[in-house]
Amino acid sequence: MTDVWTVIVVVGVATVLFKAAGPVFLGRRALPGKVQSVVELLAPVMLAALVVTQTVGGDGELSLDARVPGVAAAAATLAVRRRAPLIGVMAIAAVVTALVRVVA
Amino acid sequence: MSSGEQAHRVRDGVRTALPLALGPLLFGLSFGVLADAAGIGAVAATVMSATTFAGSAQFGAVTVLDAGGTVVAAIMAAVFLNARYVAISVTVASIFPGGRTRRLVESQLIVDESWALSGRSGRFEWSILVGSGLLLYVLWVASTAVGTVLGDALGDPNGLGLDAAFAALFLTLLAPYLRGRRAIQAAALAAGITLVLTPVTPAGVPIVAAAAACLIGLKR
Repeated sequence: MTDVWTVIVVVGVATVLFKAAGPVFLGRRALPGKVQSVVELLAPVMLAALVVTQTVGGDGELSLDARVPGVAAAAATLAVRRRAPLIGVMAIAAVVTALVRVVA
Repeated sequence: MSSGEQAHRVRDGVRTALPLALGPLLFGLSFGVLADAAGIGAVAATVMSATTFAGSAQFGAVTVLDAGGTVVAAIMAAVFLNARYVAISVTVASIFPGGRTRRLVESQLIVDESWALSGRSGRFEWSILVGSGLLLYVLWVASTAVGTVLGDALGDPNGLGLDAAFAALFLTLLAPYLRGRRAIQAAALAAGITLVLTPVTPAGVPIVAAAAACLIGLKR
């Protein structure tokens, strides 16, 4: 339990400081160009890594199971409609994966 | 501007965000369900929503912990995900009135959605950012709490395909970023790093290592 609370406190404090960075600390000063381009890529990079671990991550190994067709269906949905609602995409992935698990 | 007038304008901001309330509500419910499945506990999950108030980072941290990753890996994943708020908050630095303390408090209402809404007219508006941020905050914290209860009722989440649903969640959050060539390259590199490292490193390490892909931003 203490591990969880450590994460909550540290992430909470870091986020408060990040959000206050402009309005409280930096003011209107823009970030240096290179810092800006690196920071801008952090979110897509981390999200891509999370997609992979959540799709094929196993216990210290890659595991190709029913999650893969579910996530593929979600990706196909987003390819057709990039602005598809989050809950709809999640439901498609869940249903496809659950069906594959029932059949397999 | 009088405080009465400010309150009035904030109410307009709340109203601006109302039509979009369903998305964040379901997002919060999902976080509660995930946190419950990961064994985080209802109180901890709700406290996290109240103190971090940034969905993707919360999902990221809990996912890493759930996969058996270390505390450090979970923290780093979430911090990397939220570092974008430095860049985002600079774009709205000048719209917050008042002293440091007030700006510190109100700046916490910056989230992707409130930020995007507040800039819709072409220039950032404080009242919309604070109004929509307040509404989103209340929805986020409340729906997290409800989600943890819901998670209890759902039983085995993986049997329902919820594991795939959370992969789809990250994919949906990723989609709007994949416009520029550089973002696509960086995301692909990060995915590659994660794939290669997953079989050979402890849980959580691949995600943290994948952050290095953002250094593509240094390339001209």
